[in-house]
Amino acid sequence: MSGTIALDRRALLKGGVALGSGLLLAVPLSGPVLAAAGPAAATDLGAFLRIAADDTVTVIVPVVEMGQGAMTALAVVIVDELGADWSRVAVAPPPAGTAYQRPDVTKYQLTSGSWSVRLWYAPLRTAAAAARTMLVAAAAKEWGVDAASCATEAGRVLHRPSGRSIGFGAVAAAAARLPVPEKLVLKAAADLTLIGRSVPRVDVPSKVDGSGVYGIDVTVPGMVHAAIRHAPVYGGGVRSVDRASIAGEPGVLAVVEVPGAVVVVAESFWQAKAAAERLDVAFAPTPHDTAGTDALMAEERRKLDAPQAARFRSVGDAAAAIAGAARVVTADYSVPFIHHATLEPMNCTASVTADGCTLWVPTQCHTTALEAAVRLTGFDESRIRIHATLLGGGFGRRIHTDFIEPAILSSKAVGRPVKLLFTREEDMQHGFHRPAMTARLTASLDAGGGMTGLSMRVVGPSVHEHFWPAFFKDGLDYAAVMGLTTKATSSGLHYRIPAQHVDYIYQPTHVPIGYWRSVGASHNGFFMETFIDEVAHAAGADPYRFRRALLQDSPRGLAVLDKAAELAGWGKPLPPGHARGIAFCENVDSIVAEVAEVSVVEGRLRVHRVAAAIDCGTVINPDTVVMQMQGGIVNALSAVLGEEITVEDGRCVQSNFHDYPVLRLADAPVVDVHILRSDGPIGGVGEAMVPTLAPAVGNAIFAATGQRLRTQPFARDGLTVG
Amino acid sequence: MTTLSVNGRKHAIMLPADVPLLWVLRDHLGLTGTKYGCGIGQCGACTVHVNGEPVRSCTIPVGELDGAAVRTVEGLSPDRSHPVQAAWIAEQVPQCGYCQSGMIMAAVALLQRTPAPTDADIDAAMTNICRCGTYQRVRAAIHRAAKA
Repeated sequence: MSGTIALDRRALLKGGVALGSGLLLAVPLSGPVLAAAGPAAATDLGAFLRIAADDTVTVIVPVVEMGQGAMTALAVVIVDELGADWSRVAVAPPPAGTAYQRPDVTKYQLTSGSWSVRLWYAPLRTAAAAARTMLVAAAAKEWGVDAASCATEAGRVLHRPSGRSIGFGAVAAAAARLPVPEKLVLKAAADLTLIGRSVPRVDVPSKVDGSGVYGIDVTVPGMVHAAIRHAPVYGGGVRSVDRASIAGEPGVLAVVEVPGAVVVVAESFWQAKAAAERLDVAFAPTPHDTAGTDALMAEERRKLDAPQAARFRSVGDAAAAIAGAARVVTADYSVPFIHHATLEPMNCTASVTADGCTLWVPTQCHTTALEAAVRLTGFDESRIRIHATLLGGGFGRRIHTDFIEPAILSSKAVGRPVKLLFTREEDMQHGFHRPAMTARLTASLDAGGGMTGLSMRVVGPSVHEHFWPAFFKDGLDYAAVMGLTTKATSSGLHYRIPAQHVDYIYQPTHVPIGYWRSVGASHNGFFMETFIDEVAHAAGADPYRFRRALLQDSPRGLAVLDKAAELAGWGKPLPPGHARGIAFCENVDSIVAEVAEVSVVEGRLRVHRVAAAIDCGTVINPDTVVMQMQGGIVNALSAVLGEEITVEDGRCVQSNFHDYPVLRLADAPVVDVHILRSDGPIGGVGEAMVPTLAPAVGNAIFAATGQRLRTQPFARDGLTVG
Repeated sequence: MTTLSVNGRKHAIMLPADVPLLWVLRDHLGLTGTKYGCGIGQCGACTVHVNGEPVRSCTIPVGELDGAAVRTVEGLSPDRSHPVQAAWIAEQVPQCGYCQSGMIMAAVALLQRTPAPTDADIDAAMTNICRCGTYQRVRAAIHRAAKA
């Protein structure tokens, strides 16, 4: 990106910096400090930059860090465009402020959807270019030279003709008094020194010595601890609480009833947890006391034949193609509810006083946290302060406020700062799960084995219904049909299939559902790419070559598929009992192909290796892309092999890692990653690799055993992992 | 009262004997590098060393530790210079990082016992859960630390 562009003044000027005690990360190795305020004698240059007299540059990134590396990537974007000295940069998470809201229609201050670099790359370069222009102008003015003869480098403004230079800190105050430039020239690609290189992540040092501050680690003067006990049936309520049942329990300060749960506040968490478990609570009956996943899945299967559906896509006449086909292939698939299981359980520290409300919270969404605080305290937004900590995993779980609201209510009730922590059991049994979904796919083949038509029906709950109802309209949930389109071709499709339709059928449930890493693509990648494999098999074709033939309209897609196949050595001999499976999917604007190599010996499945290729357009930090691909593939594999939330009597059956198995090191495959050089638009990365993994593994299991797995998780029906 | 040494400092713990070591470390001694993940000894986020052995501190009542020497992630080095910490940085292991204190303590214990571990040794010793899926880099970092 280069050239002259009009400055978005909002990106530069609105929403002043109020750093507060946010976690400040310094690079490269000097580690994080909890700063009571920004550096002394510092000047704000817009919402994203603060420059101290000693030339230290603090970058306030508009996103939070949950392991995805976005904090480092966005700091790199700003620092490179500014010409600051990377070794003298500190990086801070954002306070709540309009300047940090997503620069798109949502206006949410939200870290999710693999959007961070996609949405912020251009605005942050613009903001940094504006600051650079102002610093240069201030120096040029002081020297009495033409600004065009000056440049920035390593935190200084240089006047090359005279060899003079001055540190940013010495001109920052003068720069801040200058008008914001109307037109900006971004640096040429050749002048960028950080973007596109593997820069060590700023948060890593604090994660090897225990100094990184997560929500669970927050300590505030006068703070007390709280444990929560929810009504066991999802959406249930409390009928009565017998406070006398824990009379005399050590350390207990209060029992607070909140919607759907009881909170016990005590001097320590252990006391609060013990008392909450012993507390005699009667829960109110609900309409869902006999609901369960068996009945739900049966209902979804029944709805596969429903006459009415919301049509997402209609290309050609798929029904006619299927009706008149030489051959028809059809198969049904399903996935279960799954849990985010962030390793840091849900928590929030809240302090409600007469003056306002302060939250220290690992949240993916400042906006919903702010709205909750306003609603529950009656203070206006200016009285609410939000300090985002490091997040011990997010994956979509922490956009919700179910862990924030009871902390606020508890602090209000006891008049002290309260740190509320879910036990693992409460975390697992009161999640916002990836919905259980069912699908039927039907294809028509011509006499030569070519695909002429495709019909897809997806049945399941709506993720957007509660959190984002604007994206659930006319019976169509746009989350449920994710992972089925592309911007990389003019048709919006990678595969050339002349007639296609995709339908969605809504299934209500009382189980809270939410945005799990890659959302609807997490199941649609599995449904579509397992089915394509089945069609290839029916057509007697090699599954890689069958996909190649379908990708003739998509040069970028074809290049990704070919690269994954090459990386995996597709077609080359394997050890006895081993087999490969391939899958392809675009998600979050990035194109991914994966080849899994598995073996199944006496029912024991091992996934030995996954070769993955990704085209995500311009890359900011290649090593972050690689680590996200490696980790996300393991995360996805864990879900596919063993994870499942089941519901009986209206409540979650699983409670901890003993019955919700998460993949461990010994069962993790080697993941080889190749990033294709691409001039495509920036794609997201954090969720890009998930949809392709399940079908790659399932297709490999089919190749190894002839057993077609159409229902997740795979580790059942006689198949074990290890 | 339980007397124990944590990272070389002696502490007299005036808490009921059934309080797990994890919560003594976190809420009473302020050593928050050791994490709570499951409370049932499954995930390993709370791994510390007791008398040199890796243990899951969420399931060890403090009353059983009278006279014990406890080492936490904060006690590895004052400046992230322990070979395992240095390897973790060099390999850029952590993502969200929440499991990594426990992962590192498990790795340090493995390397004390087995200075040049094989992949099979690593498989057997490293049973901690990483939800971000950093296992491949954990393995690489252990091999790197073994060569340091």
